[in-house]
Parts: sequence; C-alpha cells; structure tokens
Amino acid sequence: MDFWSSFSMGHTGGFTILEHDVLIIGAGLAGLRAALAARDRGADVAVISKVHPVRSHSNAAQGGINAALSHQGDDWLEHAFETVKGSDYLGDQDAIESMCSEAGQAIIELEHMGVIFNRDETGHLGTRAFGGQQRARTFFVADFTGQAMLHVMYEQIIKQRARVYEEWFVTSLIMENGECCGVVAMDLLRGKLEVVKAKAVILATGGLGRAFEPTTNALICTGDGLSLAYKAGAPLMDMEMVQYHPTTLKNNGVLITEAARGEGGYLLNANGDRFMEKYAPNMMELASRDVVSRAEQTEINEGRGIDGCVLLDLRHLGKEKIHERLSYINEVSMDFLGIDLAEQPVPVRPGMHYQMGGIKTDVHGATVIPGLYAAGEAACVSVHGGNRLGANSLLDTIVFGRRSGEAAAQYAQEMSDKIIPESIVDRDEKRIKDLLSRRDNGDTPARIRYEMGTAMNENVAVFRTQEGMEIARSKLQELKERYLNVPVQDKGSIFNTNLISTLELGFMLDCTEAIVIGALERTESRGAHTRLDFPQRDDENWLKHILIHDGKDGPRTEYQPVVITQWQPQVRSY
Amino acid sequence: MEVTLNVKRFDPEAPSSTSYRQEYTLEIEDYSTVLDALIKVREEIDGSLALRCSCRAAICGSCAMRVNGHAKLVCKTKIQDVTVPERRILTVEPMGNLPVVKDLVTDMKPFWDRVRAVQPWLQPDGPEPEQEYVAPNEDMLHLTGVMGCIMCGACVSDCTVLEVDKNFLGPAALAKAYRFIADPRDAADKSRLEAYSQEGGIWDCTRCMECVEVCPKGVAPMDRIMVLRERAIDAGYNDNTGAHHTEAFIDSVEHSGRLDELRLPIRTFGILNIPALLGLLPVGLRALRRGKMPSPFHKAIPGADKVRRIFEKVEKK
Repeated sequence: MDFWSSFSMGHTGGFTILEHDVLIIGAGLAGLRAALAARDRGADVAVISKVHPVRSHSNAAQGGINAALSHQGDDWLEHAFETVKGSDYLGDQDAIESMCSEAGQAIIELEHMGVIFNRDETGHLGTRAFGGQQRARTFFVADFTGQAMLHVMYEQIIKQRARVYEEWFVTSLIMENGECCGVVAMDLLRGKLEVVKAKAVILATGGLGRAFEPTTNALICTGDGLSLAYKAGAPLMDMEMVQYHPTTLKNNGVLITEAARGEGGYLLNANGDRFMEKYAPNMMELASRDVVSRAEQTEINEGRGIDGCVLLDLRHLGKEKIHERLSYINEVSMDFLGIDLAEQPVPVRPGMHYQMGGIKTDVHGATVIPGLYAAGEAACVSVHGGNRLGANSLLDTIVFGRRSGEAAAQYAQEMSDKIIPESIVDRDEKRIKDLLSRRDNGDTPARIRYEMGTAMNENVAVFRTQEGMEIARSKLQELKERYLNVPVQDKGSIFNTNLISTLELGFMLDCTEAIVIGALERTESRGAHTRLDFPQRDDENWLKHILIHDGKDGPRTEYQPVVITQWQPQVRSY
Repeated sequence: MEVTLNVKRFDPEAPSSTSYRQEYTLEIEDYSTVLDALIKVREEIDGSLALRCSCRAAICGSCAMRVNGHAKLVCKTKIQDVTVPERRILTVEPMGNLPVVKDLVTDMKPFWDRVRAVQPWLQPDGPEPEQEYVAPNEDMLHLTGVMGCIMCGACVSDCTVLEVDKNFLGPAALAKAYRFIADPRDAADKSRLEAYSQEGGIWDCTRCMECVEVCPKGVAPMDRIMVLRERAIDAGYNDNTGAHHTEAFIDSVEHSGRLDELRLPIRTFGILNIPALLGLLPVGLRALRRGKMPSPFHKAIPGADKVRRIFEKVEKK
C-alpha cells in the first residue's frame, strides 16, 4: 500500500483564489463541531487556526461534559434549572433550554464518533458528580475529557478531508456593505498575507484568559475573535462576568479539575477545617464555582490561608481512584510541585479561568452582523450568565458549534457571490509594516501584557470595588497609549511569534476595556461579579445584560433584558 | 538561580541560512521549567527566538524539542532535572526527523501525513445504535493509555528507524493505529492489520525503546507496535518477512532452546527469495572470514525439553 498518496490533503498554492461557503476561525471543539455540521449540510467548509487543531485550548477541559440522558432516568429540565441558578439568573433561559435539551443527543453523537467515555459496570456511559448540580450527570474520560474529545473530533475532520489552514493567523475580518465576507490572514510558515473569501464566517476563537496574569488559560487564549467582531461592529455582552476557578495550582496557576472535588476531595484551611461548611452547608465543596472561589478568597484574606492558598485534600480517595480517574492532575502536581495527591494535600487558590461573556449571538450563533457567527467561549448566547457550571463549557461548544455550523451553511446557501476588492490586503500589510518599522523605545509587548494582566487580576478579580476598577481603567488607558508605539524586535516574516503576540496584545487590550466598563457599570453583586461596595444582587435594576459597542467616540453601552421562560429569580444558596 | 541555555538557531531568511548556536544566560526560579526559561528569553532578551508553546501544562503537545540531545516536552521539564548544581547549562535544539522551519519550530507536515495514513477514525460495523455503544469499562480505561497521546512528536523526533527510513510510519502513527485495534467499537481490524503489515508498517520497528523513553505521556508506542504485531499474526497476516522472522525465531528457540542463526534469514526471507539472500552474502562472507559463521549443524542445548515446556505453559495461558 502506498501510505502517502491515498490520504494526503491538498496543498495551498500561492496562485489559487481561496474561497469557501463557510469559513471557521478557530479549531477547538466549537470550531471543529461547526465545521462537521456545516459539511453535513453540504457546504464547502474550511477551518483557519493559528495553531494546529489538536493544540487548541479545548484540550485543557479536564473534568467532563454535562448532559441529562433521559434513558438513564435524568431530566434535562433539572439540568436547565441548575444552569439558570448557577448563572445567578443572568443566563437567557431560552438558550439554556436549547443547550440542555440537546445535550443528550450531543453526547451520543460524540460517543459514536469514537470518544472513549468512561462506562459504568453494565458498559453504558458512566457519570461523575460536578459542582452546582444535585445529580451526577457529567460524562468523562479520566480527567482529560477535552483532549479526548478534541482528538476524536479531529479524527473526523481527517476522515471528512475538511480543509484546515493550519497556523494561519487572522488579522482582520473583511466587511463589505455591512456584511462579513471573509478574512485576511497570515500564513505563519510562509510569512505571507492571504485573503480567504467566504459567504459566512464563524468565530470560534475561544477565550481571553491571557488578559489576566496569572490564568489557567493557554498562551493562545488572547480574545482574537472578540476583538475582531467588536471592531467590526458586533457588541460584546456580559463581559464583566469572569470566572475564577477555585482550584488552580500554587506557583504556576495550572488548572486542577473540579472533578477532584466531584470525586470527593475536601478543601481545607490552615486550621484543617472544611471551611465550605460555613459558606455552602448543603453542597459543600460542590457549590457553584463563584461561591467556592469567594469562600477561599475570604479564608485567605482573613488569615486562614497558607501562603496565599488553601489545601485540596484527596488522600482519602485512595491511590487507585486517583490513578484511574484523576491521573492527569496527579501528573501535573508531581511535575510542578512534587506532590503525590495520594500522599499529600496540594495548595490551590482561585485563578482566572473562563470568560462567561463574549460576542453576543442568538441561539443559532448569529451575531448582529450578517454573515458573521460565533460559538464556544468566544460567544455569549448567553447560557452561562453570571457564572458557568463546571462541565457546561464543553457542552456549550458542542451544541452551539453544531447550531452555528448549520445556520451558517444555510445562510451561505442563500447568499450570492460577493466581490472583494483586491486591495483589501493592503491595509493589513501596511499595519504590519508599520509595526515592524517602529524604533526601539525600551518597551516590549510582553511587559505591557504583564502589566495589563496583573492590573486585571488585582482589581477585577473575585472581589471588586469601584476604586480598584478605576485604577485598572486608568492603567489600561496608559497601556493602550504605550501599545501605539511598542516595538517588535523580530523583523522577519516567517514564523514571527514576536509580531503575532504584539497583534494579540492589541486584541486583549480591546477585551479588557470592555470587561472593566461592564464591571464598573454593574452596581450590584451577581454570579462571578462581586462588588464589596454593592454586595447584594439587585434584580429590580440589574436583571439585564450589558452590551458594549465600539462607538465612534469610544465604547458605548446598551442593555438587554434577560430572557425568562419558566424560572423566576430566587434566593441563591447551596 | 542562574541558567545558561545553548540554543540551536536557524533563520530561514538570513542570506547564509545555516544553523548556529546562541547562548543565553538568565536568572530563573528554582522550580522553573525549560519552557519558562525559553519564554523569558523571548520576552526579555531576544524577541526573535521562535518556538511553539501554548498550554504550559503538558496537554497541547506544542513544545516538544530536544534538550541535551533528547526529545522532551519542555513545559514539563524542570531545569533542575536536566542540569547539575555546579553547572546549570543545557542545550536546546529542534526535534529531529522533521524539517526545521525556524529556530525551534519544525515542519510537522510529515508527522501528520503519517498519522493520516493509518486511517485514524473509528470504523464501526452496521447501523449506529440509537444510544451509546455498550462497551466494557476496562477496555475504555485501557484506551486512555493511548488516547493520552498529545501528538507532540517527541517519539518521532528520536525514532532511530525514521532516521534512516522515511517510509516508516513511525511510533506516533502506529500508537494511534493501536487506538482503533484496541477499541471494541471498531470493526475494521482485518483491513487495518493488513495495511499496517505492509512495508513501512509495524514490522519496520527495530525495538530500540527510544520512543518509550522520550514519550512525555507514558504512551509507550513501541509496546503498542508489539501488540499490533501479535494481532496481525493472529489475524493471519503472517506472509511477510517480519512475521516470518518472528515465527522462525520462536520455532528455533522452542525446539532447540537457542537460535539457529544460519536458517533464521532463510526462513525470514524464504528459500526462493534469491535476491534477498544474495544481498546477505557479503555479511555471511565477513562472518566466515572472522570465524563467526554459525555451524551448519544446529544442536539443541541441554535441557531443551524444559524450554519446550515453558512454551507449552505460556501458550496454554
């Protein structure tokens, strides 16, 4: 057999016109699911990603994916209610209903594709418990569920021979007459700008974690899609809602899955007390993430922490369970702190983890811009509202990835071909040339990013105040000005990571501005947004979303009511 | 503490595009990884240094490269573990067996071409069930071992066969192949095993263990390849030199307690395969000249019957 000829993919020449029905930016789970869905609908599909698909940050999702399987006796309405409650009533209930009612089918599809989900003793899909939910409905592959799903999804992409522009970095969206009709992107390996035309574009670019320092997020999570959409005229929504995960590793902030607590782990303070008793007597360590992070931060602030951390104790789970179900976190604890979880508790602290907000979309992933869709962490449908439940993010990517892929394919079918002026690439070419020709002034993009990240993490974190956020706002203003002159050291064109991280920094500065504006505006405490100066939830004034537009004279805010279908706001306790 | 990184660099756009070495000395934390140090170099000393990295937690597979001559995932390699206190210096080079794009960045296309070649997608039989496939949890747990592969390329970098034979599918692709053979839902075992038994497939591994050594995720590709060989022979795909070699080896030891080195190549290649046997002639002549030619009269070792009994016992299991 000739191994090489039968499965090789097409090669991009410099002379072909790149053109597709549906173009997806980002090759994580939302992007790949969207690609498969659009393909199923007969669209010519391509995926652009700044990293190879299996390097995407979906990998980092550890604990699992939620679904209420009716043939296992679960009820999706319960899952939906717990998601609404978890969101602190800011999630749109129509969107939550869509996600939770389609979750069962989504899990079965993934299983059929080949995901090696854990089984129960009868060989059927098994579950584990997760935060904020009374019933165990989290399906999982040990503690690397995201990786196991992403690699299987990529297997399907190979099978379908879908076109992937690997290591292409999108520099701008192409807008003609108010419609999105493609992108300009840089092929990193060749160092060349290209135009890719498309009838519909889906942004599945993930989160913006790197705008905070530290964060659990990968270096590639820089809010690219959010900024591209925002600058093109699509509003960002719920941007003030930033999730701090309760268990991130001391020193480097690497994520320790919620499954550690789902499997029965304890959180202890310096006195050895299970302090969650005070904050969430019923759910204890498995309360919602915002609740647990606040509790930990309170313990630490009141002097009952250890070196800025609390302890996660898994010793009572036993070696076997840890090795079978929590092998990856044991590996990272060993690698980074030399701690064997079966022998010793591990120090953890709340760390920036997830962006509930994003590009505002409807339940089909459509933004306000014709031809532009968004899905996954980049989007805000809004299913997570003020606080996302653990294991709902993978579900979000799969359900809304598919929905946006289907909707974009449908849209593309109805669209006629658009004409794009050839000069479209000139603007980005000039921008990059300008960046590369800047003179050294002693400043670096890395330093600006670090200052931005620490300002956000100090002032727009678990507990917020007007004063702190004003400090962050003026710091961001200063950094934006410095950004206009920051030099790029690497002058080359091939694989210039220095240039790429400078462009990414620009994206992040747009995102952080929106976060701070939203957080200053919302004068109440809801979900992950806790203000010491406004400690109560205020349904009378704030049962609504904040939308941020990029206006001519700077950012402009707008409100939109929360969609309530069947669950009226209640007091939220765990 | 202070560390010195000796980095192999390559600028594809330089007029004389040859590789060169550059040393960076910097201050790092005691618990820092090689990646932490490289990022610090890139951010504070030399913005032109190119490398791939993303998750910093050994899950995205971006940052495989050679440290002190061996492939490592640098995000999980602590500086303290690859240097000695008296001399904190280490070398960093791009992965082997792959073309270099720039500095520590390699072209992964040959890597992915190999993965694609094993038909890496589930091929079940018949219509899909309405609900999930029923499968034993032990099988799923067993598969986590290979699904844990993050496709970083470390095994391919240091594979000693790929160094001399680019046609070899290599450890990563074959570990991926094993993922389907071991999956109870996959029904394409026969066609897969037939394909993997071709030249460039499972029989081209020389069992040097390098891939097992360097894999940062404990996937043990070579061990998977060995199981694929067993499965291929069991499935009847034994008409190839690799399978012949294995069978002849086993027969010889089973019956005489030791290897019949003279007849092994004849059985491996087949008595009628004149060109292959002629190709061995120079080796034979050299062996003869140095008095290393095995005796044409192959004798059993004393106690060969005991060896046979061991075989019988193992086969019963």
